Amino acid sequence: MTVGFIMLCHTALDRAAQVARHWATRDCPVVIHVDSRVGRHAYERLQRAIADLPNVDVSPRFSCEWGTWGLVAATQAAAELMLKRFPEVRHVYLASGSCLPLRPVEELRAYLDERPTTDFIESVTTEDVTWTVGGFDAERFTLRFPFSWKKHRRLFDGYVKWQRRIGFKRRIPDGITPHLGSQWWCLTRQTLSAILEDPKREVYDRYFRRVWIPDESYFQTMVRRYSRNVESRSLTLSKFDFQGKPHIFYDDHLQLLRRSDCFVARKIWPHADRLYKVFLASDSAGTAQTEPNPGKIDRLFAKAVERRTRGRAGLYMQSRFPNENWENGRTAQPYSVFEGFSEIFENFETWLAKAVGGRVHGHLYAPERAQFAGDETVYNGALSDSAALRDYNPKAFLTNLIWNTRGERQCFQFGPGDTQDIGRFLALDPNAQISVISGAWAVPLFRSNLNFSDIRKIAAKLQRIEGQHLHILRSPQLKARVRIWTMAEFVENPMEPLQTIIDEIGARGMRRLSEAPRMVDLTGFGRFLQNLKNQGMQPVLMGDFPAGDGPPNSNAARRGKPYLVK
Amino acid sequence: MGIWRSYRLRLARKRWRIRAFRKRRELSAVTNRTNLIRRTDILLFSTLRNERIRLPYFLRYYRDQGINHFLIVDNGSDDGSREYLAEQPDVSLWTAEAGYKRARFGVDWLNWLQMRYGHRHWTLVVDPDEFFVYPFCDTRSIRALTDWLDASSIRSFGAMLLDMYPKGEIDAQPYREGQDPMEIACWFDSGNYTIKRNATFGNLWIQGGPRARMFFPDRPERAPALNKIPLVKWHRDYTYVSSTHMLLPRGLNLVYDEWGGEKASGCLLHAKFLHTFVEKSAEELTRRQHYANSHEYRAYDAGLKDNPDLWCKWSEKYINWRQLEILGLMSKGNWA
Repeated sequence: MTVGFIMLCHTALDRAAQVARHWATRDCPVVIHVDSRVGRHAYERLQRAIADLPNVDVSPRFSCEWGTWGLVAATQAAAELMLKRFPEVRHVYLASGSCLPLRPVEELRAYLDERPTTDFIESVTTEDVTWTVGGFDAERFTLRFPFSWKKHRRLFDGYVKWQRRIGFKRRIPDGITPHLGSQWWCLTRQTLSAILEDPKREVYDRYFRRVWIPDESYFQTMVRRYSRNVESRSLTLSKFDFQGKPHIFYDDHLQLLRRSDCFVARKIWPHADRLYKVFLASDSAGTAQTEPNPGKIDRLFAKAVERRTRGRAGLYMQSRFPNENWENGRTAQPYSVFEGFSEIFENFETWLAKAVGGRVHGHLYAPERAQFAGDETVYNGALSDSAALRDYNPKAFLTNLIWNTRGERQCFQFGPGDTQDIGRFLALDPNAQISVISGAWAVPLFRSNLNFSDIRKIAAKLQRIEGQHLHILRSPQLKARVRIWTMAEFVENPMEPLQTIIDEIGARGMRRLSEAPRMVDLTGFGRFLQNLKNQGMQPVLMGDFPAGDGPPNSNAARRGKPYLVK
Repeated sequence: MGIWRSYRLRLARKRWRIRAFRKRRELSAVTNRTNLIRRTDILLFSTLRNERIRLPYFLRYYRDQGINHFLIVDNGSDDGSREYLAEQPDVSLWTAEAGYKRARFGVDWLNWLQMRYGHRHWTLVVDPDEFFVYPFCDTRSIRALTDWLDASSIRSFGAMLLDMYPKGEIDAQPYREGQDPMEIACWFDSGNYTIKRNATFGNLWIQGGPRARMFFPDRPERAPALNKIPLVKWHRDYTYVSSTHMLLPRGLNLVYDEWGGEKASGCLLHAKFLHTFVEKSAEELTRRQHYANSHEYRAYDAGLKDNPDLWCKWSEKYINWRQLEILGLMSKGNWA
């Protein structure tokens, strides 16, 4: 008893001949079908190449356009020939011209000998199928598909749409329940001959002729009528990508294929010399008992599909430039923006770096230059501190920085003195943690040595800019995690908000803050604000500071609660 | 895009093709071995001037990748480039004495040669200082890539220009003939590129890298474009519009995914910054045959006068394509 191979070929016939020879010389009969669209010369060359092999035959040729009946007709004809000419065959294995045996034939034969009545064919009802590409599963069986999908796509689509609209439905013949599955199967003589000799075959064939992609459903459906023992999986390793075309194997997949323990793999690149050399040479029967285990290859290809469809979050590059809101993550990872903190606290950046262990930058969007941590002029990824380069594309500057520093938390300061273009992007980025002490920009002015009229002008400008920025941060589309305190609220009780922010960043130790940052001396700040008011400017963003000369009382009964937007 | 705009682009494409057709007269064949080209061959097109020292490695690199035939336009070399190329069995060589600038920096000439010889071939258009890197290029030939692109119905393949530079002064370590330029210029900028979309042609406009960082920190908009689409399954109706940055019809420029996924892409390692660069930029400045009034070369010349060390402590040292893929400069897409 042995296994016979049917090979459906349409390109790289020399490789097909090579594989056919491999099987034939190991006592496995082979029937080759060559697509009738293949030229005469190539076909004759193939015939010459296999002429010396008594147990290799060619079957009548059909035109095998993808998704059409031709493939099934070709398979039927080849199977009939196989069953008639080679009576010693018990299992028939359907393979393609670009298949390659990965394990010695002996092992396959031993495997099948242990399961003499099992039909290996993936056969799943339409309800359970998840892999169909193009949206047809049940409709494959109920609509008509007279037009070529490859050549007349518009007609194809239009006709499908029209049938859907008028509610056309084909009747499925009695006695069959549609099943789908991989077209590469291995059936027993009993089952296969029962399918081919079915008295109602004429009826079924006529029905399947107009089913979409019948090679994935004809045998898969018919086998359910006759088989005593269906093992619903394919012995051929064959993976499909998101467009429904098979993944191709190359020389560098050698180890992966070896470890998969599958019997046959498809599809092999015709120029993968090393694969053909290695796998067609090996005959050492050893691990006959191992079950195929394509897990690793599955993962590799699943990852490839994921990369193609979802990509890497936060990456903008030459072949990934998502439209807005299609980024799957505007930036690569979470980061924190602090507004007003470095104005209120002395050496806030140093303190923060100690507390969270991330990288703490100054004002990255300062008008003169990007203030990178450690006062660097160039940063990760050779990002320049030039303000002109940064402002040329402020969004790319930020996404680049976050991408370049993956694995390390980035924090930076922001305020109304900075270039504002990035504000909107920050607000819409779920990775941004933005903490704002509104009005804190007044502190440097308060401590500065400017003329009061200048201070008044600057204060009015900064207040306007921050007002607009806060407006963005309160927009309904907000995605960032935003906390806003007025300065008055914050200075009353600074530790609690700080603790919340630091906890959320998830710093190293996750312990309580032991050391508080030192607040700048605000004695007289209330007076300063009152002076601004007296000069006709209305500072509102700081909240209520008493106009007295003393420092704001941090033990006051009224405790400012930070409010959390979102 | 409206009918009117697509019609205008169609006219533009025809105009470039007619222009290429007329410019064919500026080309005279030195050795035409195009009868050796077989139907499935992968072809390389290039224009050059005085690149003799680079040629041996250049040819070897692309022969190893699986290029079958080179079609080269020599723009008035006087350093032996012409004689060297004429001897090569897989090179067809033309010369053009006319202005490089008038031929739109060689685009017209190559458009013509591609129209004439590239029809239905995969064509790679690169300069002699550009080295094509694609996913799996260390284990798979360029034919594996083009076969996969064919199977996936993809007609064009993007490869960003990645400027490579040495550590220290540019001319500190002279390049020897036949040497891998990446032994000297092995550093690059990994993450300072900015991207915009070109609304008319649909391509991405990428700028950045060491040239923007060092030579254009104050005028970033003038920094050279780094987006390139060098590998195309050519059809005689296609045309490059500006260098290999963009093509018409505009569908060919869609080498990027807009819905979050990554398409497969490569890089062109740009080994411009070797010791030859210093002489060359002085010469190009006097020839004034380069893009936009050679402002790029003027910037180099100004930059080179001070201290031309492009290296910084965040420069990345080139290892292989996998490194570029991890850094996000190129992608395997769904090729595995």
